[in-house]
Amino acid sequence: MIALVLVEHEGGQLKDATLSAVTAASKLGEVHALVAGEGVGAVAEAAAKIAGVTRVHVADGAPYAHQLAENVAPVAADLVRDHCDYFVAASTTTGKNVAPRVAALLDVMQISDVMAVEGPDTFVRPIYAGNAIATVKSSDAKKVLTVRGTAFEKAAAEGGSGTIEPYAGGSDAGLSSFVGAEIAASERPELTSAKIIVSGGRALGSAEQFHKFIDPLADKLGAAVGASRAAVDAGYAPNDYQVGQTGKIVAPEVYIAIGISGAIQHLAGMKDSKLIVAINKDEEAPIFQVADIGLVGDLFKIVPELTEKL
Amino acid sequence: MKLLVPVKRVIDYNVKPRVKADGTGVDLANVKMSMNPFDEIAVEEAIRLKEKGVASEIVAVSIGPAKAQETLRTALAMGADRAILVQTDDTVEPLAVAKILAAIAKEEQPGMALLGKQAIDDDSNQTGQMLAALLGWAQGTFASKVEVDGESVDVTREVDGGLETVRLKLPAIVTTDLRLNEPRYASLPNIMKAKSKPLAQKTPADYGVDTAPRLETLSVREPSKREAGIKVQSVDELIDRLRTAGVVG
Repeated sequence: MIALVLVEHEGGQLKDATLSAVTAASKLGEVHALVAGEGVGAVAEAAAKIAGVTRVHVADGAPYAHQLAENVAPVAADLVRDHCDYFVAASTTTGKNVAPRVAALLDVMQISDVMAVEGPDTFVRPIYAGNAIATVKSSDAKKVLTVRGTAFEKAAAEGGSGTIEPYAGGSDAGLSSFVGAEIAASERPELTSAKIIVSGGRALGSAEQFHKFIDPLADKLGAAVGASRAAVDAGYAPNDYQVGQTGKIVAPEVYIAIGISGAIQHLAGMKDSKLIVAINKDEEAPIFQVADIGLVGDLFKIVPELTEKL
Repeated sequence: MKLLVPVKRVIDYNVKPRVKADGTGVDLANVKMSMNPFDEIAVEEAIRLKEKGVASEIVAVSIGPAKAQETLRTALAMGADRAILVQTDDTVEPLAVAKILAAIAKEEQPGMALLGKQAIDDDSNQTGQMLAALLGWAQGTFASKVEVDGESVDVTREVDGGLETVRLKLPAIVTTDLRLNEPRYASLPNIMKAKSKPLAQKTPADYGVDTAPRLETLSVREPSKREAGIKVQSVDELIDRLRTAGVVG
């Protein structure tokens, strides 16, 4: 059995989500990788070094520059048709964009957001915003999955010695083009791979206070900054901070929830964190039902004190 | 141009889903059902495009049981012009839904199809992308802004690191994210008017689509529960606990 993993990269660097996808794929068979992009020689070499990757297919050229689904999906579908049994992508916005297009081209039903691989055709996935966990068995000959990064350890970035093969064929479908991107530049670690996350909720009251109270604590801990959907909807934090079923699914070593009540949809995004700390003035807040350490009180007093004393 | 807007009847987003005791699924008996929230955003966006004069007609489609008519009537009350119900009591997976929608798109020839990025029951996040693949159309997923300009549409997408804008040749598929718009409530007069708007009844067989599932659900269980921990009384005690846990030095 061969599983083809979609490699995600940015600025010539592999993304961590890919390493988790490789681990999931290695439970299914031999791991091949697909690198699509423009001028991605270095990315292909990095992908070949991931422990467990035996072959790297490289689609290098202008049509793949921004990994547009319209151009990348046919390449993946072609490779899977030719010699793979699985196509595996991370449950990131890139993976979610490309994988269903590949599945439809192959006429197979995708299994989304896989949390565990139970067997060659049996997978565990969350439904109803994580309020239920389903075990599903696929009857398709070829299988397409997206996998939840937090559910699989990252494969070692070094130690592999895969062969690199250029993908011949493929072209610009002429359907879409890249216009521009506003990617938030941050010195802080990425939310989905951070060891510690400091997350703020609606109780922060304003965007100014969100930054005034959350940022210094995060910087002191070398943490990423997250936010509840309520805080994002209220405009206190940008949407790419959002942790929850409708935002990012995270599972850091430590998750510090500040002024977050703990709506179901938020809990679905962070309840797999190893240690959860909650600071909230309402001692009945549902966040305390999942928190390992809770502190009831005024965040505007507690957070500066905590930041100072750490 | 004509817009195609598929809508799904799902458990209301305010209801906490309960797993059935026999582990076969989620209990939907006597539970409030509503239009999938992301689909409401798609309907709203379609109406706004019509109000701007970009779109001329909005066709809402639902694939599901007879009661999905209520969901279509909601779309009509919001402002859709007519509706198609593809009636079936079977579970229809995203791939089969996409095939039915592709057949409808071939008949209706819309300039754009607007879909919710995912349904809040199965959380698949697949139908729009699959529909785009089957039709050979461009896709703008997780949209937070949609601007039609003649032969193309610029879609700003919510991506992991921020925002990305792509230009899509029309016809195209757009899937909606939360911040695209805030859906309107249907007014009472519009709810009354919606009752007389046309609603065509079809079946999957009318479109020649086999809806036999490819995935078999072996079991559905509750997620593992997290035990509540301890409460500390002061910041100092919190720091002590964090030290013990090895979080801070």
